Amino acid sequence: MSIVPVPTTAPSADPLRSALASGARPARPGAAAVTLAFGWLALLRIKHVPSQLFDVTVFPLIMLVMFTYLFGGALAGSTGDYLRSVLPGILVMTVTMTTQSTGVALNTDIGDGVFDRFRSLPIWQPAALIGPLLADLVRYATSAAVVVGAGTLLGFRPNAGPLGLLAGAGLVLLFAWSLSWVWTSFGLLARRPESMMFIGMLVTFPLTFVSNVFVDPATLPGWLERCVEVNPVTHLVTATRGLMHGEPVAAQVGIVLLTCAGMVAVFAPVTMRLYRRER
Amino acid sequence: MTTYAILTEDLRKTFGGTVAVDGVDLAVPAGTVYGVLGPNGAGKTTTMRMLATLVRPTSGRARVFGHDVAAEADAVRARISLTGQYASVDGELTGAQNLTLMGRLLGHRHRAAVRRARELLTVFGLEEAADRQVKRYSGGMRRRLDIAAGIVVTPALVFLDEPTTGLDPRSRGQVWDAVRALTDGGTTVLLTTQYLEEADRLADRLAVIDRGRVIATGTPAELKQSVGAGALRVRVQDADRRDEAERILADVLAQPVHHDDDPAALSARLVDPDRAGAALRAFTHAGIEVSALSVGQPSLDEVFLALTGHHARPDTAEEPLS
Ligand SMILES: Nc1ncnc2c1ncn2[C@@H]1O[C@H](COP(=O)(O)OP(=O)(O)O)[C@@H](O)[C@H]1O
Ligand SMILES: [Mg+2]
Repeated sequence: MSIVPVPTTAPSADPLRSALASGARPARPGAAAVTLAFGWLALLRIKHVPSQLFDVTVFPLIMLVMFTYLFGGALAGSTGDYLRSVLPGILVMTVTMTTQSTGVALNTDIGDGVFDRFRSLPIWQPAALIGPLLADLVRYATSAAVVVGAGTLLGFRPNAGPLGLLAGAGLVLLFAWSLSWVWTSFGLLARRPESMMFIGMLVTFPLTFVSNVFVDPATLPGWLERCVEVNPVTHLVTATRGLMHGEPVAAQVGIVLLTCAGMVAVFAPVTMRLYRRER
Repeated sequence: MTTYAILTEDLRKTFGGTVAVDGVDLAVPAGTVYGVLGPNGAGKTTTMRMLATLVRPTSGRARVFGHDVAAEADAVRARISLTGQYASVDGELTGAQNLTLMGRLLGHRHRAAVRRARELLTVFGLEEAADRQVKRYSGGMRRRLDIAAGIVVTPALVFLDEPTTGLDPRSRGQVWDAVRALTDGGTTVLLTTQYLEEADRLADRLAVIDRGRVIATGTPAELKQSVGAGALRVRVQDADRRDEAERILADVLAQPVHHDDDPAALSARLVDPDRAGAALRAFTHAGIEVSALSVGQPSLDEVFLALTGHHARPDTAEEPLS
């Protein structure tokens, strides 16, 4: 009704004017610079929300200790032997299980005004998605380091030494990164973070448990054995074990690489399309 | 010849069955502040999002500095900055980190981006909150940061979507100062608002939109003239006598009188400000005690009533500023 008085405590206008005058536009940043900036953003968010690190540190530890001591002795006679075959499996399982949070996070953030701002910038747009996926690699690597580090303390000794260990872990990270593109697609499709989480569980649980992580497929009924055999996670586990212990697994590594290429080839463009879609 | 920052022709947008924008023609001269005034749901945000390349027009054309928003999105993006209706900053990050991120995304190296962030935080009175997470900021601080994020690089055209809705008067004044500083530097500003007063203070020209259509354009003075000098608002001591007061007021002003939600309040368009005194005398004569009487600018609802013959839509409850 009455006119709101203009406050006299407002920031003095002159610094504002000079700040505007010095706001010259630098050269347009390249794709790599923008991707790194978005990766930096994602790492900062992890720093501010450390609970995100819980599922890549505490969770893998619990899985490793639980499966080694609870089931290890019973299934293979001794924990040391069991660890030899189960550690690569647990590595695959824990890392695979943490990938879906990528989709949940994207689903939570995408409706935010800040994404509108990103989408109205003159930048290489895929960077807004690839940057966070690079930061996710850091999360997956943390998870892998926890499993391998704790496993070593428990007596895990890979035959192929540190190089084999790195090769195996590297393959697991590549798979996790490629799988993340599936989750970014679902994260952009799902209406709510809860539905994204539900889809994530629905896919991740069979993918990791109906595999050779814990058991020898030969001991399973025929139909289940066939499910296990076509599961890409089974190939990943076999390939990782082989790389870590120096066994010949070129075929499995090839299958895993093809699976990764396939996931990225299909789901990266789908993700980008969904990202550009208006909302 | 006038250079136009924005030119639209018969711009339309439908979402499924909803017509959000229904044939909007805008001509915004470069270097001016252009206000888009309208109630909730009028199509302000959708119009702005089309101009900022976030939403594709269903039909019609829009050009920003001569570049088509659909065909030349990148050229448009290189000239604009968008501060949305809801905070366009990351709540988990600190103020400094938010501005540094913007600097890097716009092409600064990390060091230069940090320096620019500090400079802007100081200018906007946020240096003490620089390293605090934005989710712990007050609404006014967040809005200031939001505007700072839009000028890390000085754009040629700034979109501000309801920049002061829900703000306290002090923060509102700061936003207004920022808008004036922008135009002093040659930047064009397109701002939407639900407040006539804001449009009046800031805008060189404005468009009133309702249900996706432009129903009036002109300078604020022209617009107000079309509505009348202002509005007279009266509150009677005894709510039971409001009907009687309404008849008196209608008689004296020769204008339709509106009821407010307040059971003792009345308002009417005031074509001739001198008639306010006459109204007061008539109340005294009739023995109706008046507890408050004020003359103000017409409210948005009154502008609407005058321009369209209907009230602004009832769903004008303020949306929360998240
Ligand atoms: N993404 C969308 N999907 C469906 N309807 C929408 C969408 N965005 C806006 N609308 C509708 O379009 C109309 C105009 O909305 P909007 O542009 O937000 O108005 P304003 O900003 O003036 O409040 C409203 O009826 C709104 O519900
Ligand atoms: Mg709006």
